[in-house]
Amino acid sequence: MARAVTTRRKAINTALAWAIGLLIFFPILWTILTSFKTEGQAIADPPIFLFFDWTLENYAIVQERSDYMRYLVNSIIIALGSTALGIVIAVPAAWSMAFVPSKRTKDILMWMLSTKMLPAVGVLYPIYLLFIKMGLLDSRMGLVVVLMLINLPIIVWMLYTYFKEIPGEILEAARMDGATLKEEIIYILTPMAVPGIASTLLLNVILAWNEAFWTLNLTAAKAAPLTAFIASYSSPEGLFYAKLSAASTMAIAPILILGWFSQKQLVRGLTFGAVK
Amino acid sequence: MATQHSRSAARLMMAPAVILLLGWMLVPLTMTLYFSFKKYLPLRGGDLGWVGFDNYVRFVTSSAFWPSIYATLIIVGGVLVITVTLGVLLALLLDRPMWGQGIVRILVIAPFFVMPTVSALVWKNMFMDPINGLFAHLWKFFGAEPVQWMSQASLPSIIMIVSWQWLPFATLILLTAIQSLDGEQLEASEMDGAPPLKRFWFIILPHMSRAITVVILIQTIFLLAVFAEIFVTTGGAFGTKTLSYLIFQRVLESQNIGLGSAGGVYAIILANIIAIFLMRIVGKNLDN
Repeated sequence: MARAVTTRRKAINTALAWAIGLLIFFPILWTILTSFKTEGQAIADPPIFLFFDWTLENYAIVQERSDYMRYLVNSIIIALGSTALGIVIAVPAAWSMAFVPSKRTKDILMWMLSTKMLPAVGVLYPIYLLFIKMGLLDSRMGLVVVLMLINLPIIVWMLYTYFKEIPGEILEAARMDGATLKEEIIYILTPMAVPGIASTLLLNVILAWNEAFWTLNLTAAKAAPLTAFIASYSSPEGLFYAKLSAASTMAIAPILILGWFSQKQLVRGLTFGAVK
Repeated sequence: MATQHSRSAARLMMAPAVILLLGWMLVPLTMTLYFSFKKYLPLRGGDLGWVGFDNYVRFVTSSAFWPSIYATLIIVGGVLVITVTLGVLLALLLDRPMWGQGIVRILVIAPFFVMPTVSALVWKNMFMDPINGLFAHLWKFFGAEPVQWMSQASLPSIIMIVSWQWLPFATLILLTAIQSLDGEQLEASEMDGAPPLKRFWFIILPHMSRAITVVILIQTIFLLAVFAEIFVTTGGAFGTKTLSYLIFQRVLESQNIGLGSAGGVYAIILANIIAIFLMRIVGKNLDN
């Protein structure tokens, strides 16, 4: 039952929530605004909020000077590649755990989760060394594999919790109606599994896009994605706020948009189903 | 019922994921353990033989160790207190009826999607810069002396940045928990005349306790590994060298692999202690 709420109360809630929401969002808004300013206006005293000469020059300069596109392409390949590879490996595993559970299923799931807890810094040198030995240092291939491995437990877990929700009776009903195994998979299981797989995909693209330990430590120039590109602004020369903002805006925009679609799945994915 | 045939098929379907993760876990872990018992300096002589527990002793007796533990505890503790407290309050607020709830939710969640290097650099330069940062303008506006955030208040600065990144996570999960609360129970308590604070303390908070525990445990694991935020802001200077960062420096910057690996083993043990508690909660949930 919904409780009766006075309009006045609702107005107070609204005002308070919007004020806090805008405050939290402000650094992002400020970055986006600054990216359209000239460098001079970006550090103007007092700061200019909206009434400046809007310009796109920073975006052009960032692309021209630092070859933004190359980093972007690396980010896309690494995020999509590691997620796709992870899904291909995780779907059969999660599938069999959800539909043909054995006594050890729970143990295997818990063990997979435990590999996610391994602190990256604890295995930094071995991975670094293996990468040198295998010629994977500063290669997209290497990062695709590492990011796939660090996110694999989350992918398996998410898929498992989604697959678990597919009722087994529906399969039996189909079988009674004479569906073959192939028909069962194509017409019944796949359509029911697609939403879960899509959410998993989305969340993992986001996680891989933002991963900033391995991408910073295992790349130099060739395979560096946007995380490393932005990090190169940590020791800048001269005025750079507007350019930093333009570069940052370009780096976060795709993920902000994807993220808004995935907020519900976020909870499930990041708590390993502990909070739904 | 699963047949013998489908069981072996299931095992086959699981094999790639299990084998890959097993390799990913065992190979580097074994190597870290191996190196931790060696004096190994790739740039100064390479493998200089076995040294027993020497590295383990030297890691904890070095002058950088206790400050790193202190920095780690302050950062993890500070961020946890801020994100959980504000997260509970924000979740309570967002759960109430209002106009534009969906948009507010999006605004609040947004920081979580910003890559760590971006949020750290934006905060460091555009907000905390002592000359051109917004905070400096704000401080001057009120006639105060701008703060040298990164050098004089380095730990609070990092805590602020990381809290901004993790507050959405805490809020989102706690909001999910509140929304699953039975409305009738609250209504009954309201009719019995329980004041709001009592309702919060005796009904809402106990209901959220599991979600709060999950938030604390998951965040702790991620916060122990905070890296990019320190890497692009202070680079470990001004007392912000956490345990993870210290190990990173030993391994990649000074290339003292033995010492760094011993530190790595400590970090792994520490993370595992926390992981055990988290797994217990997750495991319980799996049984239902």
